[in-house]
Amino acid sequence: MAEQVDARGLSCPQPVIMTHNKMKELKKGIFEVMVDTDTSRENISRLARNEGWEVVESKKTQDSGYIITLKKE
Amino acid sequence: MAALPVIKHPNLLVGYETADDAGVYKLTDELALVQTLDFFTPIVNDPYHFGRIAAANSLSDVYAMGGRPLTAMNIVCFPSKELPKEVLKEILRGGLEKIHEAGALLVGGHSVDDKELKYGLSVTGIIHPDRIITNRGVKVGDRLLLTKPIGTGVIATAIKGKMASESAVNSLIEVASTLNKKASEIMLKYGCHACTDITGFGLGGHLLEVARASKVEIAIYADKVPLIPEAREYALTGLIPAGSYAIKHFCEKSVEIDPRLEIVLIDLIFDPQTSGGLVISLSPDVADACLKELKEEGIKSARIIGDILYHHPKGRLKIVYSNP
Repeated sequence: MAEQVDARGLSCPQPVIMTHNKMKELKKGIFEVMVDTDTSRENISRLARNEGWEVVESKKTQDSGYIITLKKE
Repeated sequence: MAALPVIKHPNLLVGYETADDAGVYKLTDELALVQTLDFFTPIVNDPYHFGRIAAANSLSDVYAMGGRPLTAMNIVCFPSKELPKEVLKEILRGGLEKIHEAGALLVGGHSVDDKELKYGLSVTGIIHPDRIITNRGVKVGDRLLLTKPIGTGVIATAIKGKMASESAVNSLIEVASTLNKKASEIMLKYGCHACTDITGFGLGGHLLEVARASKVEIAIYADKVPLIPEAREYALTGLIPAGSYAIKHFCEKSVEIDPRLEIVLIDLIFDPQTSGGLVISLSPDVADACLKELKEEGIKSARIIGDILYHHPKGRLKIVYSNP
């Protein structure tokens, strides 16, 4: 199973910082981020673009959050 | 407010319904009162600078109307059990410095115990009733000048995440604590048609308000908008406050965006500002001279950032490149 960052219940910029830290730790590969606001989802997709990670999938969850899958070759 | 039965009065020259920066009440044919208040939570960690920024922000609404502030009162919400009194002292010292710089007097204030620290001012100023600068006076053909760079919301978000560099914090402090006094005095000399200050609704949101109030279509040249150094870098890494997305969403139907524009520029145009600059609408034959004088007087970031294009029944905003 892919590594996960659970940033639910946190407001920006915390989810962005946690995602950024995971990117720095893994350097490449694949991981998932769980967030519960549109702002977090948008901000993480901007961070991904800037850091050269691809947003493979952004899936809406039942509790109206998102699971974002990020990948870097 | 819209649902409440507010009484109108012939002396109330500017009320709440036009989304103007301050209320204006006529006392005599020569004199009207300008009243405004604003307070908010800290955007920088240093209490003295927070006080300066909050006071500059509160005073700005009077300047945006073309008025002169006379008196101010402190509004304080303070967690007295959690923070030492020195913090409050520093905030008030910063605020007072700006009140005095504005040529106004502190006449009192009110404080309450609150879990979350907040500070601001209630400001009273004066203006000639025939020389009120509102957001509905723009004329087709006018040029738009912005007097401060934008990006305070993004930098404040970076501060919140402990990601902001010292230089970014200092830039934010410098921009947000600068009074709009000089800019206001200069715009009046050039017979500006309309003005508003850029605050919580972002440059895009406030210009849409102007477009709606004046029933015009406005073009903003995204590549001409001055940015606070490092704001772009932080926005690119996703340090964008929730407010920016909310404002963009709220304005969406009345805003046309050139699809070739970089997303980061759009994010910054809707970035909520604290104590932002004035956006001044004035005749094209004086715009360059006004810009020159602003720069000579130390308002170095001032730029021409847009034009009033056409009449539009509902008001509309276009965000484009300066060279299409």
